[in-house]
Amino acid sequence: MSGKVIDAAALGGLFEDGMTIGIGGWGSRRKPMALVAALVRSGARDLRIVSFGGPDVGTLCATGQVREVVHGFVTLDSIAVDPHFAAARQSGAIATTELDESMLVSGLRAAGRRLPFEVTRTGLGSDVLTVNPQIRTITSPYGDGETLVAMPAVPLDLALIHLNRADALGNGQCLGPDPYVDDLFARAAARTILSAESVVGTRELTEGAHPATLLLNRTMVDHVFEAPGGAHFTTCLPDYPRNEELQREYAQAASDPALWERYRAGHLDNENIWRKEALNA
Amino acid sequence: MPETLGATRADIAVAACSDLFRGQRDILASPAGVIPTLGARLAALTHAPSLMLSDGESTIYGDVPALGEDSEYSAGYLPYRELFELIAAGKRHVVMGGAQIDREGNHNFSAIGDHFQPHRQLLGSRAAATNTVNHATSYWIARQSKRSFVQDVDFVTGVGANRARAAGPGAARFHHVHRVVTNLGVYDFSGPGGTMALLSLHPGASLEEVLDATGFDLHVPESIPATRLPDKQELELIREVLDPANRREQEVRP
Repeated sequence: MSGKVIDAAALGGLFEDGMTIGIGGWGSRRKPMALVAALVRSGARDLRIVSFGGPDVGTLCATGQVREVVHGFVTLDSIAVDPHFAAARQSGAIATTELDESMLVSGLRAAGRRLPFEVTRTGLGSDVLTVNPQIRTITSPYGDGETLVAMPAVPLDLALIHLNRADALGNGQCLGPDPYVDDLFARAAARTILSAESVVGTRELTEGAHPATLLLNRTMVDHVFEAPGGAHFTTCLPDYPRNEELQREYAQAASDPALWERYRAGHLDNENIWRKEALNA
Repeated sequence: MPETLGATRADIAVAACSDLFRGQRDILASPAGVIPTLGARLAALTHAPSLMLSDGESTIYGDVPALGEDSEYSAGYLPYRELFELIAAGKRHVVMGGAQIDREGNHNFSAIGDHFQPHRQLLGSRAAATNTVNHATSYWIARQSKRSFVQDVDFVTGVGANRARAAGPGAARFHHVHRVVTNLGVYDFSGPGGTMALLSLHPGASLEEVLDATGFDLHVPESIPATRLPDKQELELIREVLDPANRREQEVRP
């Protein structure tokens, strides 16, 4: 394995203070938690995080590394609101740019297409526009004359994505039920780090699966990191479901700094923990 | 007095949610909450057989599963990206929950208090702004009170009629807030200037209870019908097929 494959030591050097980092997955589903843990260990600060948020966002709020979250929600699915994110919002510790989900999709797609904005109906009449005056409207130049939202591009310095399998060329395979918009994150980013349950030979990727499962191709990926169990405790179907017990432990840690230190020591500071989780699964 | 057949408040609310989908064909029903989910499935098993149902994730159901059960076969693939395309095409009726709604149908489930430092973070904006300007929207409020039926919502996630009109034809063209169903009654927007009006009272609920649980000037017609009772077939489907574990009774108490 060579090509784009990197090890844990190299991973830490890819994060810098002040970066805008997009994180793939959706809620508490297929989040690149091993990459998030590496970001925690890097100590990079003042981050702007763009995410269909789950425990990725909550973790980085809890560690105090976030300046701003660009999001449509931050949920743990079986727990409606991530309590670390809620605490950061309620204490005023972080800034947020709250968008409708489909506006964020539009912004990522515009960035990937190298366009300044994407036209959408979404946001009109809602307070998403009131609290985000940087988002402007545009009048259709055609006969309808409708006023619509010009959702600005959301370009990323870095995208973090976790998939089931990858190869050393930077092909990424999604075998689960939903690709979410991970490909849009990869296209919107100057650089993309892809972690995968396993890194295999290119030929092996399509031996038992349709090429349509190859969500990311080499033009969208810069670095590949093998991380079995790398989405734990979130879902990574069909490899594993959500670990609800560990998610509860994570959520409860929001209520007590001592619990958080214990969670952090066990699951973020130890770079081998995710591998252990996978072996124990 | 019609035969109640022992219908509970939850059964009545399920039938009211089923009625949200009357006359609708070949659209996706997206219910949030136990009662609206049962309502949509009841509609699909009775008066709206071509209603499309999904697991709320990426699978379109081929059959109509019981609450908490998987469908036996799929009738299609609907990952989030395709759901947004379907919404933009208007082929959907969503039933959203919410923390707050006002008499114009403006809705909030983002957070309570000041947006920039809320005192209670809720769900965020999710896709309420998309839903409300693209296709039919109804609401399910399990506990109607002065805290949920408010004069002004703290943050507009789902767009009401006045805000849609003010934002212009781009927002108003496909805007349609259909009804609000609560534990006490059913409401629509047939009041003065398109404001909320009491459409029917659930049997067992009183007008006084409704007014005590409403923080704005609600239009009340001179004669108030009772919300219809589910019929024998509907009750059998609710009790024996869709929700034998009675989960609906945990969401609504009279």
